Amino acid sequence: MNQPLHLRTALEIRAAVVSGETSASEIIKATIQRIETLNPKLGAFTDVTAPRAFEKARQIDAARARGEILGPLAGAPFAVKNLFDIAGLPTRAGSKINRERAPASADATLVARVEGAGAILVGALNMGEYAYDFTGENAHDGPSRNPHDVKHMSGGSSGGSGSAVAGGLAPIALGSDTNGSIRVPSSLCGIFGLKPTYGRLSRARTFPFVASFDHLGPFARSVADLAASYDAMQGPDAHDAALAARPLEPTSPGLDSGLSGLRIARLGGYFARGADSAAFEAVDRVANALGVNRAVELPDTERARAAAYLVTMVEGAALHADRLRERAGDFDPDVRDRLIAGAMLPGTWVVKAQKLRSWYRERAAELFREFDILLAPATPCRAPLIGQKTFVLDGREMLVRPNMGIFTQPISFIGLPVCAVPVWTEGVTLPIGVQVIGPPWREDLVLRVARALERDGIVKAPIGEAM
Amino acid sequence: MSKEFNADVLIDASLPLLGLELPAESRAVVKMHLETAERLSRLVRDFPLDDEAEPAPVYTA
Repeated sequence: MNQPLHLRTALEIRAAVVSGETSASEIIKATIQRIETLNPKLGAFTDVTAPRAFEKARQIDAARARGEILGPLAGAPFAVKNLFDIAGLPTRAGSKINRERAPASADATLVARVEGAGAILVGALNMGEYAYDFTGENAHDGPSRNPHDVKHMSGGSSGGSGSAVAGGLAPIALGSDTNGSIRVPSSLCGIFGLKPTYGRLSRARTFPFVASFDHLGPFARSVADLAASYDAMQGPDAHDAALAARPLEPTSPGLDSGLSGLRIARLGGYFARGADSAAFEAVDRVANALGVNRAVELPDTERARAAAYLVTMVEGAALHADRLRERAGDFDPDVRDRLIAGAMLPGTWVVKAQKLRSWYRERAAELFREFDILLAPATPCRAPLIGQKTFVLDGREMLVRPNMGIFTQPISFIGLPVCAVPVWTEGVTLPIGVQVIGPPWREDLVLRVARALERDGIVKAPIGEAM
Repeated sequence: MSKEFNADVLIDASLPLLGLELPAESRAVVKMHLETAERLSRLVRDFPLDDEAEPAPVYTA
């Protein structure tokens, strides 16, 4: 191979398998070797499914030998946050408690769909306990680390997903995003992440956190890989009650349509204060490249974020009520104490918060009558140090764990599709992300804009070399 | 934190209701989370909405 395997995108790997330049088996051999070498430094994987991966690779190579048409992701390795069911493994969801469960009897719907497109599952990825996390640290499995500087956080809660993709351990990973858990690791690790519209992708056979806000989606180092994996995951599923009845709407065919006709603005107000200058400079860079000269306000966003915060506390506490009574000592104390507090909050607050959600959704809908895309920071700063408990934002000292999501939380609150895109500053080791936000069901638009930025070199996702 | 809100009172009243025990070392942290939640809840509680406003627990974007 001319280019090292770990530098290739999933679609480049597929092309190499289809052309016969290499085989799926050779790809898996090299991928497993890279995981074994680098994972002790990154803490990205909690399980490596090597026998399964080699068997799947053998099937793909046999299919090619028979002259069959290979799937759109044929031969590309992928890995999933360990809250996705993988047949034969207990679904630990970052916890000590759940790893005592019986092994899953079947794969999560999205695992099956990505494999159905020819990709090859190579393992399960580290995450913050029960997804109540923005750091990528885990009290039981150790932290997942940032491949651009291993002293720094990967971001959470899909920290292993960010670490694996940015480290070149797999070109595609899947994660979940309740309040920002795809977009925060994408920002801190410098990769692309897609949080689709709420209700777009099936959550069947994944461990939940906050049913009102839980989303699943992909990470990748190229927008084309992100689109291809997202396209493979769409479709109906009777096993997720929140899944919307939507037609298949593939995004890959129109990915290179460019920016023509798109009306784009940046979010001001709440989204333009309370963060490091790096967060706003990243938005400036993207906005300038897109020719954006309008800032608009999504009103009462501080209230929306507060509402999301309360619903998360209470729904999370309700999910874990029995475990808090029976297994309190087996939780990560940082997670447990937030859940216990959530169990004590009045129900009236949550009902009001859910009413505010409907109200806020309407305000966003009004903006989207005038604009197709809105831009906002993804995180308030670059990756903090592992173990760092507080940071200073806009002159105020705050806890890292709940506040990395100040810009992502209001957007997932109303389920809008977002592509996080990575921005780099010359001479600075760590990246920071920007949210490209679209109206409901318009993943095609956020991916088109991300692709245009990538093509023009404004955003990119190089592999971390710090390991 | 508002003058009226006393997290310790809420903690002591809630624990038996919820069937939970609180390790001594966790009390200060739980209290901090409750005080944060109470502060944030005011942004929600104080927001005027019509009686007819629909909550969105089963949500379609």
